[in-house]
Amino acid sequence: MTSLTARRLAAQDFARGAHLGVLRTLGVLALFLFSGAAARADAVDDTLAKFLDDKFPQTAAAIRELSVEAPPQAAAILEALGANRLMVDPTDHIVAYKTAAGALLNAKTGEAISDSSAAAFKKVRVNNALRSAIEGARGSLTLANPDPQKRLAAAGDVFRTHDAKALPALQTQLAKESDPRAAAALKLAQASIFATSDSASPQDRLSAIATLKERGDQDAQSLIDGIAQRATDPAVKSAAASALSAIHARLALWNVAQNLWYGVSASSVLLLAAIGLAITFGVMGVINMAHGEMVMLGAYSTYVVQALLPPWLQNWSLAFAIPLAFVVAGVVGIAIERLVIRFLYTRPLETLLATWGVSLILQQLVRSLFGANNRLVSNPPFMSGAFELGGLSITTNRLWIIVLSALVFIGLQLVLRATPFGLQMRAVTQNRRMAASMGISTARVDMLAFGLGSGVAGIAGVALSQIDNVSPNLGQSYIIDSFMVVVFGGVGNLWGTAFGALLIGLANKLLEPLIGAVQGQIVLLVFIILFIQRRPRGLFALRGRAVEA
Amino acid sequence: MSARLDQLGLAFVAILVIAAILVPVLSLAVSANSPFYLPPYLVQLLGKYLCYAILAVALDLVWGYCGILSLGHAAFFALGGYAMGMYLMRQIGTRGVYANPILPDFMVFLNWKELPVAWWGFNWFPYAMVMVVLVPGLLALAFGWFAFRSRVTGVYLSIITQAMTFALFKEFFRNDFGFGGNNGLTDFKDLLGFSLQSASTKAALFSASCIVLILAYVASRAIIGSKYGKALVAVRDAESRMRFLGYRVANYKLFVFVVSAVIAGIAGALYVPQVGIINPSEFAPGNSIEAAIWVAVGGRGTLIGAAIGAIAVNFAKTFFTGAFPEYWLYGLGLLFVLTTLFLPRGLLGLALATREKKPSVETPAIALEEGVDA
Repeated sequence: MTSLTARRLAAQDFARGAHLGVLRTLGVLALFLFSGAAARADAVDDTLAKFLDDKFPQTAAAIRELSVEAPPQAAAILEALGANRLMVDPTDHIVAYKTAAGALLNAKTGEAISDSSAAAFKKVRVNNALRSAIEGARGSLTLANPDPQKRLAAAGDVFRTHDAKALPALQTQLAKESDPRAAAALKLAQASIFATSDSASPQDRLSAIATLKERGDQDAQSLIDGIAQRATDPAVKSAAASALSAIHARLALWNVAQNLWYGVSASSVLLLAAIGLAITFGVMGVINMAHGEMVMLGAYSTYVVQALLPPWLQNWSLAFAIPLAFVVAGVVGIAIERLVIRFLYTRPLETLLATWGVSLILQQLVRSLFGANNRLVSNPPFMSGAFELGGLSITTNRLWIIVLSALVFIGLQLVLRATPFGLQMRAVTQNRRMAASMGISTARVDMLAFGLGSGVAGIAGVALSQIDNVSPNLGQSYIIDSFMVVVFGGVGNLWGTAFGALLIGLANKLLEPLIGAVQGQIVLLVFIILFIQRRPRGLFALRGRAVEA
Repeated sequence: MSARLDQLGLAFVAILVIAAILVPVLSLAVSANSPFYLPPYLVQLLGKYLCYAILAVALDLVWGYCGILSLGHAAFFALGGYAMGMYLMRQIGTRGVYANPILPDFMVFLNWKELPVAWWGFNWFPYAMVMVVLVPGLLALAFGWFAFRSRVTGVYLSIITQAMTFALFKEFFRNDFGFGGNNGLTDFKDLLGFSLQSASTKAALFSASCIVLILAYVASRAIIGSKYGKALVAVRDAESRMRFLGYRVANYKLFVFVVSAVIAGIAGALYVPQVGIINPSEFAPGNSIEAAIWVAVGGRGTLIGAAIGAIAVNFAKTFFTGAFPEYWLYGLGLLFVLTTLFLPRGLLGLALATREKKPSVETPAIALEEGVDA
């Protein structure tokens, strides 16, 4: 009974304010004399009492103590506080929390509080600084969680916040940790605390440097930098310096790899957009300025599919969108060929103008049907998110687009190499008049080739809808780049297009960090203009009589 | 057809001379209540059409007579416009928002301390006018020298001219490039001391546009009519044969390309004071293609037709974008398609062909035979 009285006394003391600190200390000391268990329970009481004032500094202190002392109910209290569900009754000095279900429980005892007395309770206010403190405290609480995954996550939280308050809990857990991954994470977290603390010993700092060097990423770099600034010990300083230069070199390497990845990703988009153009340009030697609009139609097909599909099929929307986009763009392409282009074969410059007109009409048509604003196309679950691969951050949708462009490329090669239609198409590309003399219906080949090229552009549109805004102007932003790829790679040769796309995409992304995105593009345009002077028919020019004309 | 075209040319020049005199009279000397009164905004609009007509004549000179479909002429136009815009910016002086006597407002805004070298001398009108001619001319010379020497022709040439204007488009958008970035140059006050807001300045600019159009037409006509011009047309119709005959095809093309770019630059310089702004959107690839359709609608290889096409299409644009903004792009798109399909020689070509009852030859026979890009 004595301990109970003492506890109440202590709680009241704290409620009265900080100037009674001496009395409080005396009370606590007295309690220590009675029994350890009582002291511990009393410490929880102290902590809870701090919530009664509902003042930010007191609340912050309470949060810190909860995380250090880690009483069984701490997790529930902190969660409630973060969710604005922690209540206090300042007159009766009772702290309580509401569960997510709405029941009001006494924070100390866990007993339910009757509805009649619930009216006296008011919420404990929290601000943003407190919320982050709550998160940190909850992180260190879960350090002791029986689930290794939870411990891993908690260690990660501590690594991010490097909150020194978590150190005791961390070290306790580290001593008995059995899971190797969790142990490594805990060591890293401990190293991060050593790195940011002013009072760490040289030994602690050296071990922190070793651990962080192993991790070797941006965070580790800035933490070691922190050590180097705090340390006075020369051994620590030199260890930090050598670790820093090692991490620098490593990061630079990953950085190049990341840019290469961006480059490959940009190349795959370029390839998808340009490969259809390579077919129509290669076979017929005409410029289809409406090619970008075929891409745009493909993107809108995706939008329509997602709007029409029932929710349980949404995850499969792309499986419907790709064939639909191919058909829609292909049919529109065939219509353009039949209605406009076939009358202009001997006048390629005027084909350019006519197809530009078609592109204006298609843009306005889509604008009238769907509105001028961007349409929202969602990523299916398997295409959203990102993952880490070593020091690389890889977004899933970009990865799938690379896969798609590779599949499209292989598919087109198969069509060209292994089907009768492909054979005829290649024949017409190489020498139209000779092919016609051999009995190939060039008009039919033209029509189908145009449909194929446009259909592939439609598939490109499906891919672009996943990474770009779906708007009537979508195609416009890709058309000039696509021309550059085709002209650079050489006409009538898909490998040329692939190589051109890869080179331009990589060069673009590798130039970007050096001279900026816009400057990089300009440099490339100028380079391609100059390149065409040297090789007017592109990198991989077809040889033959027809192309010389 | 040529004689008929010469007669039409005389009529064309006569109409322009009359317009150059009549429009200022109707705008300045006639009372505002009279039905013949031309308000200043209309004079300005007509002046703008004339600038487009000059650009169309320039494009027709290379496309109609030499077979070079340049999709970069809007770039030459815009460069001339920027040179004029820079002069006008320097004339603002202390009347700008920041009242800096040397630096234009946007430079003060960007916290620049000194005038970039590219802007030196632009407060002096003759220097600015030299630049109006020199900048587009030199760009065309460098670009054409590379392109024609290595025999880039047909659609390839069109695409790289488009790439050129696209590169400039992107470059001028950058604030750091030093030409006003996204916003371009605007808020002009006066030209040679005359306020750009006054009706008399607008009338004078209109007359100047008429005179420049006449000069551009006469100069182009003179080039086409000369022996050099005949060779040019021959290059258009059978480039390889001309080369085999010993003509230096690249030089012929280069000369006419540079002349054309200079005319386009002058058109741009007249355009900017009349519309009051020049910004990077003038470099947009679509603008150059639109200029090509003016020429196609009017009739390429006729010069007059190009000018008429530019005025007609832009009149239609002003009307439709005001009355039915939704449908203008359909109209413009159809214009592209229908003109190329059914009016390969344009309105003027159609008129001339029906008058003279001659069968219209769509593409020269030799070009068809060789499969040369027409």
